[in-house]
Amino acid sequence: MKSRVGFKVERRPIASGRVVLFVSLLAILAAFVVAGIFFQIYGVSAIRAYQLILRGSLGSRFGLTETVRRAIPLLLCGVGLTIAFRALFWNIGAEGQLLMGAVAAAGIALFSGLPGPLLLPAMFIGGFIGGAAWGLIPAILKVMLGLNDVITTLMMNYIAIYFVEWLIHGPWKGPSVRGFAYTDTFPRAAWLPTIYGTRIHWPTLVLGLVLAVVMYIMVTRTRSGFEIRVIGENPDAARFAGISQLKTTLIVMLISGGFAGLAGMGEIAGIHLRLLGPTHISMGYGYTAIIVAWLARRNPLAVIVTSLLFGVIMTGGDVIKVSLGLPFQLINVFNGLILFFLIGSEILLRYRISFLLRR
Amino acid sequence: MDNSEGYAIELRRIVKRFPGVVANDGIDLKVHRGEIHCLLGENGAGKTTLMRVLYGLYRPDEGEIILNGQPVQMTSPRAALNHHIGMVHQHFRLVPTLSVEENIVLGLDEGTGPFMNFRKTREKISAIADDYGLSVDLQTKVWQLAVGQQQRVEILKALYRKVDILIMDEPTSVLTPQEVDQLFTTLRTLVDDGLTIIFITHKLEEVMQVSNRVTVLRKGKVVATLLTAETDKPTLARLMVGREVVFRLKKSPMEQREKLLEVNDLHALNDRGLPVLRGVSFDLFGGEILGVAGVSGNGQSELAEVLTGLRKSTKGRVFLAKKEVTNCSAREITDLNVAHIPAERIRMGIVPALSIRENLILKKYRRPSFSRREFLNNKEVEENAQRAMSDYQIAAPSYETPAKLLSGGNIQRVILARELSENPSLIVAVHPTYGLDIGATEQVRQVLLAQRERGAATLLISEDLEEIMTLSDRIMVLFNGEVMGILDAESADIEKIGLMMSGTRRKGEEL
Ligand SMILES: Nc1ncnc2c1ncn2[C@@H]1O[C@H](COP(=O)(O)OP(=O)(O)OP(=O)(O)O)[C@@H](O)[C@H]1O
Ligand SMILES: [Mg+2]
Repeated sequence: MKSRVGFKVERRPIASGRVVLFVSLLAILAAFVVAGIFFQIYGVSAIRAYQLILRGSLGSRFGLTETVRRAIPLLLCGVGLTIAFRALFWNIGAEGQLLMGAVAAAGIALFSGLPGPLLLPAMFIGGFIGGAAWGLIPAILKVMLGLNDVITTLMMNYIAIYFVEWLIHGPWKGPSVRGFAYTDTFPRAAWLPTIYGTRIHWPTLVLGLVLAVVMYIMVTRTRSGFEIRVIGENPDAARFAGISQLKTTLIVMLISGGFAGLAGMGEIAGIHLRLLGPTHISMGYGYTAIIVAWLARRNPLAVIVTSLLFGVIMTGGDVIKVSLGLPFQLINVFNGLILFFLIGSEILLRYRISFLLRR
Repeated sequence: MDNSEGYAIELRRIVKRFPGVVANDGIDLKVHRGEIHCLLGENGAGKTTLMRVLYGLYRPDEGEIILNGQPVQMTSPRAALNHHIGMVHQHFRLVPTLSVEENIVLGLDEGTGPFMNFRKTREKISAIADDYGLSVDLQTKVWQLAVGQQQRVEILKALYRKVDILIMDEPTSVLTPQEVDQLFTTLRTLVDDGLTIIFITHKLEEVMQVSNRVTVLRKGKVVATLLTAETDKPTLARLMVGREVVFRLKKSPMEQREKLLEVNDLHALNDRGLPVLRGVSFDLFGGEILGVAGVSGNGQSELAEVLTGLRKSTKGRVFLAKKEVTNCSAREITDLNVAHIPAERIRMGIVPALSIRENLILKKYRRPSFSRREFLNNKEVEENAQRAMSDYQIAAPSYETPAKLLSGGNIQRVILARELSENPSLIVAVHPTYGLDIGATEQVRQVLLAQRERGAATLLISEDLEEIMTLSDRIMVLFNGEVMGILDAESADIEKIGLMMSGTRRKGEEL
């Protein structure tokens, strides 16, 4: 008797929420399995590594708070990116927008001379404007000149990185820090309050949560949100309906860039308390946030969950460095694999595959 | 055992269910080798679904596909192609930015290694095109082609893949009468060369003209399969609709109303930057339907685009209700209560991924009833959707259904409901009954006439001359971007219009 397993592939009409969740979890699982191979290559049992990572990032009070504080910039950048991606603006530049927000906020903290209580609000506003301005440049270039958004946003990152380097080596180098390349410490009034005994700068966290909800409402309930979705789903119909591509693109990049700028402000005013090297400020939050937004399927509310997940992974990076002596960069392997499987899994959302046992 | 050898295709008890509908409910279909077999049915009868099952786009929930006597699993369009089945879809599937020849060879292993041998393929394509009267410039990009030409590309694409069985989903709804004749000639030549053709339509005339046999579908079931020679239009109409149909439109004489639209010496360029409108002038009055006749590609669609703000004119002026609106934006025109039923409904008329509810407010979401300041008024948006679905008989499980899941006719109803529900002052209607079944066509025509009665001015661009003749008060003929003349519908006859459509200017015509 011959029996074989066949399968049939079929277009799915619409993927339900449950299917989306299941497929996303599957993608993450696949990434963890493959990343396990890398641990084995380093001679570490994958099971033990994951145990350590989970215990280190979620199993202790310290780990948990570190996870949350890593999630804050991911949340802010990720929420903004969902909006840009909805309008099919491929903003790969959250990293640079974050840095420019940090620069603007640092400038205000160090040189504005504003009285204490006004300083932090001014830094928030400045951070937003810094990031937004950086994001608007590629937006304008795309709509006016038709330049490719992926390339311009990516290139703007490098400009931002070198600009920060120049500032901290040159004009903004702190007189009191001797040989080091960073600015002076901010005045106390420019420090974000943290939850006691942790590095969670809670005002930024609250802001991120509020913005996630606000953006969700915007996308689903408002005119601008409707315009954004129409442009993203069918630009020709948008033209037919008289929706302005310019206006909508500017709005999404104002939001996306601005939120990334807020994240930058949070990092320097909540953690570092000075402007320092770009890799210290960000550790690639702006890039990771792309995966965060994509895993959230461009839903701002879901970013709350996905940013936490990546908070776990980043904290896990610290753990494997400290406990196992492995490089922190191993987490980039995670990030890459998750994005890889995530994009690969899109096909499962469009097609249903069922296995049958045939005889 | 019945003898299936004589059949090219045999479908047995095909069942295909979608959430909320049984699109195909136990369908049996037998198609002889070398015949033209029509599938006739109203919008949503399940014609497209059945053919997608045969073409491997859908897996049937039940039933069998038997080709040349052998049961087969049709797992994908590629599998269908391996069985020499090709399909020209209701909404074309070409890549707009690629050239005609690139579209034709797309997905095939041609040439040596990674390189394309365009000279050889070009010769092959040209040979096929010549054989079957499918002339089209191979190097043109597809987005620059009129729909009729795009269809030829689709047919060429199938023939290039050496299909034995060609499925055509409502091929004529986008064609001019001449193009339809041409297509029929092509199809007959193909059949003579041994092809089998399945031809989907809801036009009785075409069934009678072109087919050998016809299968009538209603609500997912086969009502009858008949020899065309042994049946007639009234019988088919009754079978298709399930009741007696009356073809009658009441049209009252036109009252003298005020001038609503004035177009003076309008010039515009097409997508390729060539002049496509060359000095078009006409007046349109409230309570009037002005039909625009012409072979596709003579400036009709560009005229509609200029009037609705989607294309800039290069010269000339347009006045709407005495106000100058030359080169106003699409939004400004919409705000002046101008309705636009676009030619390319999937590309422009709807947002496929959004729900019916949202598509119904596509151009109107800024109206005070649908949104106050920034916020959408969900209650009103939902009520609007409910109203539209019942007024225009949009068949769908709910208003949350994404527009892309609707049948062709229902998509058009969504557009009509959106554009016509707010008593527009000017209606620019391009192929408004494209793809609609008889019932729905009558309904749309009634709606257009009711709007006329109410005082709306209508510019009716259609390639269906019969439609233009029945609905219009006056008929304007465009040729090569110029007005060949404007006739009173009473005094117009098809021959005269046909002549003007091919470039004969009407003698002594003053505009
Ligand atoms: N992918 C899908 N998901 C859900 N429902 C569908 C899908 N495709 C078709 N339907 C439904 O199945 C029914 C039959 O649709 P189908 O497209 O086969 O009709 P049709 O006979 O081709 O009509 P038309 O003349 O309007 O093109 C309709 O009620 C339609 O809404
Ligand atoms: Mg159909």
